[in-house]
Amino acid sequence: MATTHDIARPATRPAFDVARVREDFPILKEKVHGKPLVYFDNAATSQKPGAVIEAERKFYLSECSNVHRGVHYLSEQATRAYEETRSKVQHFINAAEAREIVFVRGTTEAINLVASSYGRKNVAAGDEVVITAMEHHSNIVPWQILCEEKGARLRVAPINDDGELIFEEFEKLLNQRTRFVSVAHVSNALGTINPVRRIIKTAHGWNVPVLLDGAQAAPHLKVDVRDLDCDFYTISGHKIFGPTGIGVLYGKAKVLESMPPYQGGGDMISSVSFEKTTYNVIPAKFEAGTPNIAGTIGLGAAIDYMNTLGFENLAPYEHELLVYATEALSRIPGLRLIGTAKEKAAVISFVMDGLHPHDVGTVLDQEGIAVRTGHHCAQPLMDRFGVPATTRASLAFYNTFEEVDALVKGLEKVKEILG
Amino acid sequence: MSDLHALYQEVILDHSKRPHNFRVMDGATRQAQGYNPLCGDKVRLYVKLEGDRIADISFQGSGCAISTASASILTETLKGKTRAEAEALFQRFHGLVTGKAEEAGKGAELGKLAVFSGVSEFPVRVKCATLVWHTLRSALGEAKETVSTE
Repeated sequence: MATTHDIARPATRPAFDVARVREDFPILKEKVHGKPLVYFDNAATSQKPGAVIEAERKFYLSECSNVHRGVHYLSEQATRAYEETRSKVQHFINAAEAREIVFVRGTTEAINLVASSYGRKNVAAGDEVVITAMEHHSNIVPWQILCEEKGARLRVAPINDDGELIFEEFEKLLNQRTRFVSVAHVSNALGTINPVRRIIKTAHGWNVPVLLDGAQAAPHLKVDVRDLDCDFYTISGHKIFGPTGIGVLYGKAKVLESMPPYQGGGDMISSVSFEKTTYNVIPAKFEAGTPNIAGTIGLGAAIDYMNTLGFENLAPYEHELLVYATEALSRIPGLRLIGTAKEKAAVISFVMDGLHPHDVGTVLDQEGIAVRTGHHCAQPLMDRFGVPATTRASLAFYNTFEEVDALVKGLEKVKEILG
Repeated sequence: MSDLHALYQEVILDHSKRPHNFRVMDGATRQAQGYNPLCGDKVRLYVKLEGDRIADISFQGSGCAISTASASILTETLKGKTRAEAEALFQRFHGLVTGKAEEAGKGAELGKLAVFSGVSEFPVRVKCATLVWHTLRSALGEAKETVSTE
């Protein structure tokens, strides 16, 4: 039987008090099938601190109004709170200006916006778009749609058996026909942290802009878009402890200004007649219609919360948790980790001999342990590793070493039931 | 018996590890592909019809214990049955795993298929149990060749 008692745990972590942090998340007190909830599905969506839940509630209770429209008090307040969040996001990712922040539904919409607006304008027949073999479907399909429409070619940079980008192969794919590079900052299924700085530098050498899909990076690492020098960056609010239905597209002002609108409607225009419409300036040009105001305000509360914790405190703790969990799971006979990159975020995918992830997930669920099982919206990646699916435990800073132990125990139960 | 043990009965685990009729069939008169996008389960079903009777039936594919065992037991059960008998069994089986005692399919004897009664306690796993049955209907009927549970 696999045990974890002899795996060294870091003796003290004065900077990060996980017990206190857990108090901030009401759901972590819940029980599932009579067992304490062990939530290891953070890469799918993260849990929300009380401050986020309260911010949304407060908006609907006493502040509800539309933005950028009324002259009345509530509308002014709502507009201010909405635009304040834009500044919070700007500072959170160190963008140069608030107008470089476009609110969208999430990373999926952000990538679709770029593919459809920037892509349609700049990609023509015979051109090429480069992605990697570890992308989420949301960073594959929008580019496929674009390439099909334009007669362009989608090139896929391969990865090695550890789930790392083979950089030399990526480099070889770039040429004079390359018009765009779109890669995950962190892989959702493997946890691999891509060498994005090198990727961006190389692509810029060809005058090719780069989009970083930051859905899985933003919850774990400090993102600095100016330091990275990426042209676009995308974030899903619900993965950084904010509400669902709100996300961020960052784009360099110059690039955003050069792009045609994505959707037409209210707010994105400066004047409309039946003969001619003049579009608004950025970011309003890309925010047609009434936005997700409550969600945006909730996202602002999530960023405030993240700032009080500080990546400098939570990142080392998460790393310790990842190292511990990796060691503990590796000891289980018949378990194989999928994704063993040297640079990893706290995501652990694995398969077990003769056991299908779907069955593993069902047994773990009965123990109160929530994991994701399946292809993780990355079917080409599953094909690369020759597995139909994996079980994925994705960790957050509110997870504990004891919860990792519970997972190990749960997997023993899996073997007992299904063995 | 706990819900989990009811779901993963010995018979089901046996069939999932050593599925019966797990082979490609030469000379199949009908075949269809089933796919569950939620978990990636894939099944290809081969049927040899002689008149109205299922003379032979086999499958290939990859899936979880529930879907593999369901395919295995389906092939065992349906060999020699008529199309009408297969349809009646589908109705009974569907009622069994969804926890709805349906009038439909009354009179069809579930036999070994009854081991799937535990599935009704796990609504997200119903599709695993029924994938091969939907695939069968596609193979026997005029439906499109690939069925999806979504």
